[in-house]
Amino acid sequence: MMSFITYLVNGISLGSIYALIALGYTMVYGIAKMLNFAHGDIIMVGGFTIFTAMSTAWCPVWLSVIIGIIVCTVLGVLVEKVAYKPLRNAPPLAVLITAIGVSYLLQNVALLIFGSAAQSFTSIVKNVAPVTIGGVTVSMETVISIIVSVVIMICLTFFINKTKAGKAMLAVAEDKGAAELMGINVNSTISLTFAIGSALAAVASALLCSSYPQISPYTGSMPGIKAFVAAVFGGIGSIPGAMIGGILLGIIENLSKAYISSQLSDAIVFLVLIVVLIVKPTGIMGKKINEKV
Amino acid sequence: MRKTTKNNLITCGLVLVFFIVCGILSSAGIMGSKLSGLLIPIGIYTIMSISLNLTVGVLGELSLGHAGFMCVGAYVGGVFSILAQDTITVPWIRIIIAIVLGAIAAAVFGLIIGIPALRLRGDYLAIVTLGFGEIIKSLANNIYIVKDVNGIHFSFAAPATGTDAATAQDIFKGAQGIKAPQDTTLLLVVIVLMISLIIIMNIVDSNTGRACMAIRDNYIAAESMGINVTKFRLIAFVISAAIAGAAGVLYSHSLAVLAPKKFDYNFSILILVFVVLGGLGSMRGSVIATIILYALPELFRGLGDYRMLIYAIVLIFMMIFNNAPYFVALRQRIAALPIFEKFRTKKPKTAGGESK
Repeated sequence: MMSFITYLVNGISLGSIYALIALGYTMVYGIAKMLNFAHGDIIMVGGFTIFTAMSTAWCPVWLSVIIGIIVCTVLGVLVEKVAYKPLRNAPPLAVLITAIGVSYLLQNVALLIFGSAAQSFTSIVKNVAPVTIGGVTVSMETVISIIVSVVIMICLTFFINKTKAGKAMLAVAEDKGAAELMGINVNSTISLTFAIGSALAAVASALLCSSYPQISPYTGSMPGIKAFVAAVFGGIGSIPGAMIGGILLGIIENLSKAYISSQLSDAIVFLVLIVVLIVKPTGIMGKKINEKV
Repeated sequence: MRKTTKNNLITCGLVLVFFIVCGILSSAGIMGSKLSGLLIPIGIYTIMSISLNLTVGVLGELSLGHAGFMCVGAYVGGVFSILAQDTITVPWIRIIIAIVLGAIAAAVFGLIIGIPALRLRGDYLAIVTLGFGEIIKSLANNIYIVKDVNGIHFSFAAPATGTDAATAQDIFKGAQGIKAPQDTTLLLVVIVLMISLIIIMNIVDSNTGRACMAIRDNYIAAESMGINVTKFRLIAFVISAAIAGAAGVLYSHSLAVLAPKKFDYNFSILILVFVVLGGLGSMRGSVIATIILYALPELFRGLGDYRMLIYAIVLIFMMIFNNAPYFVALRQRIAALPIFEKFRTKKPKTAGGESK
């Protein structure tokens, strides 16, 4: 029983990281109606930025994470401006292929700079003893991941529902044309969405690389794809859906790793996706949109 | 002669001439062993890209798990060949049966994945096919087949137990993959390539192909015209999968060892790059792009490190150049320039030759 709770807590921790990444996917999908394949590689860039900053002696951990967030935010906005904005009214296939291109570009630039071998990442909460609550021992990374993710999710929910910029994002997601007529600057709203999504990805990278202390140019692609699965699971375009989907997916992955097979956990995650899409293609929280001619 | 027939014949002729010339050159020893060694993989990759082009270019659906179908074909065909090595001793009969089996197996997988996946469109389909590719790879990583005097032992997720150690022969060894007999010859690759090319060109030029293109261009309009959308999408998807399976069989029989990790996401993307750069929907484009893009980095080793980087940049640039409003307008403006005036009524061949 105790080991089950440990697995569950670790699953929630991994799931909350997925949720942070899934938020980036779902917000961008909601507002730009595109699947940002490069989102996973933004995580990788964030990880490498923090890694590089931390390996210079003078840079404390908090500053490294902030540098990572800034770099990712700028990169996310830049990618949107250069690659996605010219294609806003292009066929979806073209946008998707461009996104794959951007993802590949980031991966290969990292490959040229850092090489393909995985490097060990120093945890952002190194030398902090594990916490024991009621007989269950969990590492500090796990605790930090859960706390940081929950705080960010609460802040994000407030931001979206209470502030003017957040409401503008909801309006643009609902109807771009009508939002523009209401005086909302659609371009800057889309940029803001990419900025927030990428900043969340940077935070996720710090947590992810601390929990699994390794970094390589391919670090981002698998968590990125799984977070997308989480976003679809929760209902793409829905912010609470991404949070729930992410946490559920993390739990499923960790429990299947523990009780079924560690090598098959990836296959199980994708099986979940296929089952969800067959049974309820709109996900847990998604709403059905009828296509109009 | 109809224009499409003529175009198709040119494409087939191009492929034949390329492989015949290269084949003669390599057997005469003029071509180095390194270049000759490239011919079989080039042929196999070409089969892969024309089959993916059927899904992406003609059907208009992005499939990111094409390597998965190739993987199914490669291992089904490979396991068959190893098992039949003692009973069927003529290599070319053995590999033909293996190719048929591999193609059927991949088609079955295409059907299984296609029925649920093709209810979805666009981004969802891309992710489901990606997931499918990963599932196939993880499953293949966990398959163990051993043959000994007692028969064939199959086990999943752990090496097979209870085998007779003295006569045990590994057939499929999890992440290490298989060692299929090297039955693939250049002639066979070219024959399979030509058959695939003819099948795909005939489909594109048939009712099915026209229905697929109608679905690609406007899903709702096609459906309201009475086209059975699901049926035609499934037909194209399954045929594409079957051809990829056949390519997989050739692939597993051309390598000494084939491990499942070869069929990862990057492999699917590489084929997609060939298809996109060759031109979506153009079989001739796919053939040319595959030959050039596969051979160039292999010939210039120094380029190898930058290969994927260059592909990525070209991929982004191509999409923006073809679709962004600014570039579309720019192209129209350039085409409307007075210097192109006199070329406009002539054949397009001379349109670019202002240097003469």
